[in-house]
Amino acid sequence: MNPLLQVSNLRLSYPGRGFRWAAPEVLRGISLDIAPGETLGLVGESGSGKTTLGRAVLGLAAPTSGSIVFDGNDITTASQSERRKLARDIQVVFQDPYTSLNPALPIADILSEPLIGQGKKPSEARRSVTALLDQVGLPADSAARYPREFSGGQRQRVAIARALALQPRLIVCDEPVSALDLTTQARVLDLLIDLQRRTGVAYLFITHDLSVVRHISHRIAVMYRGELVETGPTAQVTEAPESDYTRRLVLASPTADPDRQRERREARRMLSLRSKA
Amino acid sequence: MSTPTIDQVTDVADATAAKRAGAFRRIITTPLGLFSVIVLIGIVMLGLLEPVLRGHDPNTADLAAINAPPGTPGYFLGADQNGRDIWSRVLTAINVSVTSALIGSGVAVGIGSILGLISGYVGKRVDGVLAWIFSLLMTFPALILIMVLQPITGGTYQTMMALFGIFISPGIFWLVRNLVRGVKNELYVDAAKVSGLSNRRILSRHVLYVVRGPIIISAAFMATAAIGIQAGLAFLGFGSAQDANFGTMTADAFLNIYRAPLQLLWPSLFLGLMNAALVLLGNSYRDALAGPQAAARRHRKKRSASTSDATAPSEEPTEARKASAQTQGKLLSVRNLRVSYPNLDGTRKEVVKGISLDIHAGEIVGLVGESGSGKSQTAFSILGLLPKQAEVSADVMNLAGDSLLNHDAKLLRRMRGSVISYIPQEPMSNLDPSFTIGSQLVEGLSSSMSKKEAKETALALLARVGITDPERTFKSYPHQISGGMAQRVLIAGAVAPRPKLLIADEPTTALDVTVQAEILDLLRDLQGELGMGVLLVTHNFGVVADICDRVLVMRDGEMVEGGDVRTIFRNPSHPYTQELIASILDEETVRTDPAPAVLASAKEQK
Amino acid sequence: MIPFFLRRVGAGLVLIVIVTAITFFLTYGANIPVARNILGPTASAEQVDILNGQLGLNRPILEQYFAWIGGVLQGDLGTSYYTSEPVVQALASRLPVTLSVVLLSAAITLIISTWLGVVGAARGGVVDAVLQAFSTITFVFPAIILAIAMVYVFAISLKLVPAVGYTPFGESPERWFASVILPAIILSIGGIAALAAQIRGSLVDELSKDYVRTLRSRGVSETSILLKHALRNASGPGFTTFSLQFISLFGASLFIEKIFALPGYGTYGFQATIQFDLPAMLGVTLFGVGLVVVMNLVIDIASGWLNPKVRMS
Repeated sequence: MNPLLQVSNLRLSYPGRGFRWAAPEVLRGISLDIAPGETLGLVGESGSGKTTLGRAVLGLAAPTSGSIVFDGNDITTASQSERRKLARDIQVVFQDPYTSLNPALPIADILSEPLIGQGKKPSEARRSVTALLDQVGLPADSAARYPREFSGGQRQRVAIARALALQPRLIVCDEPVSALDLTTQARVLDLLIDLQRRTGVAYLFITHDLSVVRHISHRIAVMYRGELVETGPTAQVTEAPESDYTRRLVLASPTADPDRQRERREARRMLSLRSKA
Repeated sequence: MSTPTIDQVTDVADATAAKRAGAFRRIITTPLGLFSVIVLIGIVMLGLLEPVLRGHDPNTADLAAINAPPGTPGYFLGADQNGRDIWSRVLTAINVSVTSALIGSGVAVGIGSILGLISGYVGKRVDGVLAWIFSLLMTFPALILIMVLQPITGGTYQTMMALFGIFISPGIFWLVRNLVRGVKNELYVDAAKVSGLSNRRILSRHVLYVVRGPIIISAAFMATAAIGIQAGLAFLGFGSAQDANFGTMTADAFLNIYRAPLQLLWPSLFLGLMNAALVLLGNSYRDALAGPQAAARRHRKKRSASTSDATAPSEEPTEARKASAQTQGKLLSVRNLRVSYPNLDGTRKEVVKGISLDIHAGEIVGLVGESGSGKSQTAFSILGLLPKQAEVSADVMNLAGDSLLNHDAKLLRRMRGSVISYIPQEPMSNLDPSFTIGSQLVEGLSSSMSKKEAKETALALLARVGITDPERTFKSYPHQISGGMAQRVLIAGAVAPRPKLLIADEPTTALDVTVQAEILDLLRDLQGELGMGVLLVTHNFGVVADICDRVLVMRDGEMVEGGDVRTIFRNPSHPYTQELIASILDEETVRTDPAPAVLASAKEQK
Repeated sequence: MIPFFLRRVGAGLVLIVIVTAITFFLTYGANIPVARNILGPTASAEQVDILNGQLGLNRPILEQYFAWIGGVLQGDLGTSYYTSEPVVQALASRLPVTLSVVLLSAAITLIISTWLGVVGAARGGVVDAVLQAFSTITFVFPAIILAIAMVYVFAISLKLVPAVGYTPFGESPERWFASVILPAIILSIGGIAALAAQIRGSLVDELSKDYVRTLRSRGVSETSILLKHALRNASGPGFTTFSLQFISLFGASLFIEKIFALPGYGTYGFQATIQFDLPAMLGVTLFGVGLVVVMNLVIDIASGWLNPKVRMS
């Protein structure tokens, strides 16, 4: 079976200021793929380039070389009109549910926007709003309300509903639960898994949190300073990591158990002593 | 005022249109808004009805009427030193002022908003060029040029106002450009792009909505500037001295100031009324756009002045003494702590509802809870660092034998510099960007030692918190170091006075996990070395498991449960703690259901 | 610091060249019948031609421009068509008048606004209300009205200062001060309202920032937090506003010189403009832009010195 998304040797550098400055490379030859209905967890620390990779797939950042192929079509340098068609297949959920929804628009407008963008009549688009709200577990009367009337978790549900509006085949989730409280976080993750089972959507799930990525991913890719250091099935990467960096990352993530955390801390100390020696 | 973008506004969804009508309605329901709208309409009507309302020709001089006082038959407001009817001249002058306002602010808004929109939205080189041109234009000495270029403009006030509009257009340009750049970076605009919306739709739906209000407001202020400048230029003598406008009228009256000072009143009165109406309209439009939240914020600020006391006396001294007796031998004891903030309607909202806690020397206590649980409010009330409008009360708040209640600000400040200290969440924003790391560290130390000692101590501290090149970091500015380094610097600053109690508010939340682990190690080592008690506020149970001896759980301002870390993790008794612990994504649950593609390929192989 | 300084000087020179070039081509290129104006309607066409030749006005405009530039580089701004006084000399004699008023006004603006801004941010309440009312009044009443009202009160009614005229500093420092203080105060009013509000706003923003809380947690005194830390960080936007105000201060001094009959460069420029005295007009433009550039340079250096990020980028 062909991958849904295939990224090959992708490089990207942001234009530096002035002419003298060499542009720092943010992505240094990334290759990965996602199958239909699969979740690929993309893990990395700040500055690793994980968010930039997501933005490149969404067409919000322009790669300098390499290719992004979606469903057999090269979309690396898709034009604006091609992107508009792609919107039906690729959608996004951002980290911050407070800035990813326009505070001036009621929920109904936010949810019907993608449909209107695809040429549907506003009246038609509005009719699908209730169904979308129902899909993400929000009451139908939310449609007339404004984003500020909702909590963080509820807003993230609205953002997920917006992403689902066009029934996409891939959703790029950029740290979608990092800004949420613990209890809310668990519920939103369950919602995302449930939606995947029902609709067969694939996720590129970007996060810094290993426990989150373990929970939702079929496979995990680990990024460090613009490069992929390791890719593999979730259990393998988190329990028997191959690369040094992944090992450090796993050992640095604290576990919520005092005794196991003590062991992990000792293991991390040993590793850092060994690497220093 | 008409810009090509206006017709794009029309296709904005009906909800937006309704909002706009709402803003206008909100203006006219406020007394000042209504007043300004009525005055403006009234003045414009006077100008428009000039041919009907005027008695004499504004430029016809009548020798018999020279300096006629107000009320003279036929001369409603009197006549000037040339015997010209002041009322007629006022009417004509109103038209001049209204036209000036329209031309001046119209040109500025037209040029500034269109180019600002382009500059902000297109960005890159276009933005570079336009930004350069407008910053240059901004430094042009506008009035000198308007004066010197008078031979070209022919001295008519219309062309001078158009020129003036060009010179003040940078104001609108920067406003619109910066707003558009801000909106462009909003995630909701990215989401709209991903949704396949065209540039035109994004501009009309998301961008224009944001810039429209500020443009209208500054247009009102620019209109007052245009009116003032037109009058000023005419006062100086640009244009024909015969023309009736507020500038020439003022100039005439100024010459006549010893004989008929009242003649100065009329131009001043009408200019003042017109500008006051414009300014008030601008202000009430701003308030209407800002909505109820902004009004609430202002309201609260006003109230804060009246309730400035930070610590209220405890109500029952006997109870307090009893409680105080119970708390001896403990590093920190807090009993019945309450924190409240004023609401809009005068009632108070309690965010910490009578909690009690103890910390022993050398103990690390985790304070956990979700957002809004009051955990940070609790921490800051102990530090005495809550905003002015917060009201704090407690029966007991003892630190190392001293009460933190009812102390004067100076004593509390000295305690903060020595006995109790604080590590913040966000390392970068907690360092003053204008001072070197070194000078910020020395400042905290220099109350207790000489400058030279303070410097040596600071360098030793930097080395102690794991900074490899202390000398260099000492001389660096905050923007030159990384977030992890900055947090080490802040820790150095916090432990410098060898405090007995350290309060850390989410000290690793903003950091990467590998850095977090190092910082937690550092905190653990320092705590052991100095024997401090630590109150660690966090939402992360992993951090709690790593470093805390005891943990306290808060929800909605109340203390739900507290106890030894192992007990809380393994046998939480309160249902809320149970729910929290259950929400932790534990490491055994790795997603196991295979992706459909894997299933499919497995089937294929069969 | 030095490249930063050179960049600002470069930008200033560009501004001077562009503004004077625009003025030159617009005025010299406007086909103003200068010679006819000077000689009056009775002069013959021949006489007009001769005078045009003498003034060099019949040469191609580019040639005239380069001749003018050449003169500027040698410190020669030409001679007035009417008084035959060299423009440089005329401007030099008027410089003290204008500078007295403008610099005094700039100092008043900066000191009073900083004071009002700091007190407003630290105390709020009454100072805030006064500031608000003050800034509304400056918008409501155009500068000329305020100026005349103050002349009426302080010079005519109370006779505290002379209503018109200028006394050089060298002649009598007290009378110099009396002759420029009222114009300077009037010039400052609008600027103080805007700058004080700006400083107050930036200070309130700064005081709500995280680093202030951290400083408080270390026992740093409120005075030090306000005056050393917050004010320094708030000074960036304050200086930007102040440098823009300084530019308009020069424009506004035109009005003031007229009202108080001060023999400054504004009065000179006004006379030149009315008479189409082209060299004098260009001289005034060059002089005005030059002063703006110098003053902005001073302000830039001050704000660069206060803000390490600007200095180092």
